Amino acid sequence: MAALTLARLTIREAARRKLLLALAILTLIVIGLTGWGFQHLSTITNPDGSQIPASELRLAVSQVLVLVEFMFSGVLALSAVVVASPAISSEIESGVALSMLARPVSRYQVVLGKWLGLGALIVIYVAATTTLELIVVRATTAYVPPGPVGLALYLSAEGIVIMSLTLLISTRLSGMTAGVISLVLFFLAWIGGIAGAIGQVFGSVGIKNAGTISQLLLPTDALWRGSVYELEPVLYRDVLGATTERAGNPFFVQSPPSVAYLGWAACWVVLIVSLTVWSLHRREV
Amino acid sequence: MTPDGTAAPPSADAAAVRTLELTKHYGASVALSGLTMVVPRGEVFGFLGPNGSGKTTAVKLLLGLSRPTGGEAWVLGRPAGDRQTRSRVGYLPELFRYQGWLSAAEVLGLHCRLAGVARSEWPGQISGALSTVGLTDHADAKVETFSKGMQQRLGLGVALLGNPELVILDEPTSALDPVGRADTRTIIRHLRERGCAVFLNSHLLGEVEQICDRAAVVADGHVLAIGRLDELLGRGGVRLRLTGLTDVGRAALARRGTLAEHDGWFVVDGVDAGAVPDLVADVVASGARVYAVEPVRQTLEERFLSLIEAEQARWQR
Ligand SMILES: Nc1ncnc2c1ncn2[C@@H]1O[C@H](COP(=O)(O)OP(=O)(O)OP(=O)(O)O)[C@@H](O)[C@H]1O
Ligand SMILES: [Mg+2]
Repeated sequence: MAALTLARLTIREAARRKLLLALAILTLIVIGLTGWGFQHLSTITNPDGSQIPASELRLAVSQVLVLVEFMFSGVLALSAVVVASPAISSEIESGVALSMLARPVSRYQVVLGKWLGLGALIVIYVAATTTLELIVVRATTAYVPPGPVGLALYLSAEGIVIMSLTLLISTRLSGMTAGVISLVLFFLAWIGGIAGAIGQVFGSVGIKNAGTISQLLLPTDALWRGSVYELEPVLYRDVLGATTERAGNPFFVQSPPSVAYLGWAACWVVLIVSLTVWSLHRREV
Repeated sequence: MTPDGTAAPPSADAAAVRTLELTKHYGASVALSGLTMVVPRGEVFGFLGPNGSGKTTAVKLLLGLSRPTGGEAWVLGRPAGDRQTRSRVGYLPELFRYQGWLSAAEVLGLHCRLAGVARSEWPGQISGALSTVGLTDHADAKVETFSKGMQQRLGLGVALLGNPELVILDEPTSALDPVGRADTRTIIRHLRERGCAVFLNSHLLGEVEQICDRAAVVADGHVLAIGRLDELLGRGGVRLRLTGLTDVGRAALARRGTLAEHDGWFVVDGVDAGAVPDLVADVVASGARVYAVEPVRQTLEERFLSLIEAEQARWQR
């Protein structure tokens, strides 16, 4: 099937252009540094030299881990945008698309191929980074977050969401423009999520609704919150979940996204990919 | 221009390309207006026209890369853009690039896959295409290291994959050296021998004249002239260098065509090649001494320029 050929081609391009190598080296460096940091974190004591209680230490580790994963999710989202934004537009601009689209290949297969290839890259990146990071954290601090698999799934989903949006824009606008638009929307959704949580704490219906709408329009932030949830120690969630004090904190999450919301996120991706197919189908090259 | 009757049922249509009032607008600008033509199978068809006359537009419409604003087109008997038909068509775009990070052989392999060539045929197809376009020694070199001419050769190789029944070449020799141009002509002749139709967009009229069976001249998106090359170029004539031409001899020449004198040559226009021996015999019988007899023919370039000029004059009126 042509879509699989094109998916493989997308992955091969990432490899040939040394994207995979660059990401692998940078990831190893970052994980090495965080390992060193966690090692130190696990040996700190109170100012008077007494041991820090294990539960508090676990809390500290989990908080730092959330920040580290936040960094990884940011790198993932930015990379996904940078890689996806020229994926279709530059091939049309350069003339690579001309000879390929003149083949007996449907345009939906072209979109599906690109999407599958980029999606596979995202999943590979997330699987590799979270596995390595969690192994390092466990080795240095003995902490294992409650939902490592859920974490990887949420992070992958977040990457796939922003990649799909970028691919859609890439069928119509130049890579540069598509990338900028996607990033702006990504950060808007992030701020929207934070605003929504703050609105909830202060009982402002307007702000809370704005947050909800932004989460419906672009599910990146809500999925990121899902991965935060999977990283928090269960005890911490239970204790703090009772109070709403910290709901405005972007690095604390009370409850995971609802099943209904996850269903919506899946529909959202299907919708965006369908729009991408339609858009490329209408596009003249 | 009037369409020659109603459209034939597409699948019964044997023509390589048939268009009927094919029209393409880009916003307010008209790229192609009412193109009607037939390209028979197994022939080399030259599609000629000045810059911006709609040649590339027409090709893109035929391949379904863009959609017509009006009119219809069929390729190999199926509506233009039909997905399955595209597996029987080879295409070298005008402004193209191939994945620079692939090798020449990999690009050909990718297109074998996309064209639906049976896997067992890939090695033969790939090495065949490479040797036909003279890139065998560069099979494993990355395309990004290729010169423009080498890329165009590769593009030609890509268009040849999968034994197409129609090959569409949009200015295939624009970046080629004289050797490459001669090679391309040879390739086109081989395609015709195999029964493959070739649709050739070109400005290089000398080249078209050498290889095309038929040609169409387009300007501003419509056909000015279309037909077999010899029809398009007119019947031609003959010129003679002679002395001692009597009135009888002069009358013998004038009887065969329109007579004129240029630079000491007697030029008779509108003479069929088959009538030349009789004409010479008559002139000799009249007592004139013949030093040279040469066929004269309007070149395609002259014909092209006169068509375009006439068209411009028509617009100015
Ligand atoms: N994508 C487009 N958008 C707007 N106008 C276009 C587009 N493509 C072509 N045109 C216009 O259509 C006309 C025909 O263009 P086309 O490329 O078909 O010419 P051409 O005969 O191939 O010319 P050349 O000999 O220079 O290759 C031109 O006036 C061009 O400006
Ligand atoms: Mg052109």
